[in-house]
Amino acid sequence: MLTLIGVAIVVIGFVLRINPLLVVTVAGLATGIAGGLGPLAVVAAFGKAFITSRYVAIVWLVLPVIGLLEHAGLKERARSVVSGLRAATTSRVLLAYFAIRQITAALGLTSLGGHPQMVRPLIAPMAEAAAENQYGELPEPVRHRIRAHAAAVDNIALFFGEDIFIAIGSILLIKGFLDQNGIHVEPTQLAVWAIPTAICALVIHGARLLLLDRWLRRDLARKQTEP
Amino acid sequence: MITLEHIYWLMGLMMTGVAVVNLRDRSNSHRFNNTVFWGIYAITFLIGSRLPDVVNGFLVIGMVLVASIRGLGQGKAETASRVEREASARRWGSKLFIPALTIPLVTVLGTFIFKKITINGSALVDIKQVTVISLAIATLVALAVGMVMLRPPLSAPIREARRLLDAVGWAAVLPQMLAALGALFAIAGVGTVVSGLAQRWIPLDNPFLVVLTYTVGMAVFTMIMGNAFAAFPVMTAGIGLPLIVQRFGGDPAIMAAIGMLSGFCGTLMTPMAANFNIVPTALLELPDENAVIKVQIPTALLLLAANILLMNLLVFRR
Repeated sequence: MLTLIGVAIVVIGFVLRINPLLVVTVAGLATGIAGGLGPLAVVAAFGKAFITSRYVAIVWLVLPVIGLLEHAGLKERARSVVSGLRAATTSRVLLAYFAIRQITAALGLTSLGGHPQMVRPLIAPMAEAAAENQYGELPEPVRHRIRAHAAAVDNIALFFGEDIFIAIGSILLIKGFLDQNGIHVEPTQLAVWAIPTAICALVIHGARLLLLDRWLRRDLARKQTEP
Repeated sequence: MITLEHIYWLMGLMMTGVAVVNLRDRSNSHRFNNTVFWGIYAITFLIGSRLPDVVNGFLVIGMVLVASIRGLGQGKAETASRVEREASARRWGSKLFIPALTIPLVTVLGTFIFKKITINGSALVDIKQVTVISLAIATLVALAVGMVMLRPPLSAPIREARRLLDAVGWAAVLPQMLAALGALFAIAGVGTVVSGLAQRWIPLDNPFLVVLTYTVGMAVFTMIMGNAFAAFPVMTAGIGLPLIVQRFGGDPAIMAAIGMLSGFCGTLMTPMAANFNIVPTALLELPDENAVIKVQIPTALLLLAANILLMNLLVFRR
C-alpha cells in the first residue's frame, strides 16, 4: 500500500494547487523510496527517467518560427480570413477543424495539428474572429471559453481518430501486449473496433460544438441588454 | 544517421539561447531565475546522455527548486504592437500561412520519405524515431522559409522563442516530468497494487459489471497515471484478460480496442496529462489552468458511457 504514496501526493498537491513541478518531483522521490530504493538511487532513477523522456519536449522546437510569424501578424491574418467569410461561426470553424483533424489522424497523419503549431496561431484566433464577426468585441471570459474549446477540439479529434490507423502507438502497444499473453490479433482487427467510438465522439462532441453557438448567442445577447 | 541525440543538441542550443536572452533582459525582475532554469534545461539536452544518472537527477531537482521556490518571471514583451502586426498582416497577406503550414506538411512527408532514404546501406534517420525527427527537421525548414520571406534580424527567432517559452513557463517541462514519474511508478510497482485493489472489490459473477469495472478502471487509472498506455497493461492483465476474455468468453480484440479508448476518456479529464490539458492553457493565456479539462469533461463522460455500452454490446457477441 505504501507504494501508492506517490499517487496520494499528486492528488493532494493538485488539490492544494502547489506548484505541479514540485509535487511531481516529491511524488516521484517518495514512490522510489517506498519501492525500496536508497536516497541517491532514487535521485539517479529520477534523473534517468527525466533524460529518457526528453523526446516529449521536442515539440517546443516549433516556437522560434511560430513566434516569428506571430510577430509578422499571423494571428491577425488568420482572423481577417475568417472575417471575410460571412457563413463562419465559432461552432462551424471548430467543427470543421474537428472533422479535418479526426479524419487526418485516422489516416495516420497525427502531426497535422497540435496546440503550439496549429491551435494557438491559427484555430483559436479564427474561432474568436468568427464570434467577433457576429457579436463585435468579446468579453474576456467568452474569449477564454472559445480558446479552451479550440484546445479541446484538437485533443478529442486526435484521441478518437488516431486509433483507426493501424500503425499508431496505441494499436502497436495493444498488439504487443496481447502477443505476450498468447493472443494473436491483427492490427486491422483492433483498428476496426475503434470506429464505433470514433463515430460516437464525432456525434457527441459535434453536438456540443453546435450548442456553443447557441450559448454564445444567449450569453452575449444578455450582456448587451444589461446596462 | 540522424538520431534523437542530434535533435537534443538542437533543443539544447535553443534553450541556451533562451537562457542568454533572459540573462540580458533587465525588464524581468526574475531574470536570473529564468536563466538558471532554462540554462540547466539546456545542459540536460546538450550533455544529459553522457552525465551520470545521479547528476542528471540533481540537475532536475535544481530546476524544480528554482521554479517552485524562487519563481520564474516574464520580461516586458518586446514584440510588435497590435497595430504593427495588423499592418504587417496586410502587407504579407496569406503568404504568412506558408511557413506555418510547412511544419505539418514537411513532418508528414518526412515520416514517409525518411524511411526510404538510405546512405551506404544505413538509414538517413533513426527509423524508430522518424516522427519526432521529421517534426524537428520540419521546424528548421519552416524557419528557413520564414527567415528568407520576412528577413527579420538574425536574433529574432530566438527572442520570439524566449517570449513564447517564458509565457508557458515551467509548464513547458511538466509533460516530461510526468513521463518520468510514470517510469518511477512502474519501477515501484504501483500498477500491480492498483489492479490488486480493483480485483478485490469487483463482483465477478456479472459480465456487465466486469465490463463496467474494466472500462471505468481504465479511465480512472489513466487519470492517475496521466497516460492510457501505462494503465492498459495493468488493467487488462488484472481484469480484462482473466475475467472478460477467459471467464466470459469475450473477444480480446474488441475488449482491447474499446478498453484503450476508455482510457483516452480519462486522459481528457486529468491535469496529469499535462501536454494535452495544462500546456494549452498556458499557450492560450487562459487564467484558469483547468479551463481545457472543464470543457472536455462532458464529452469524456458521455463517451465513456458510450464505450461501456458498446463493449457490453459487442464483446460477447460470439
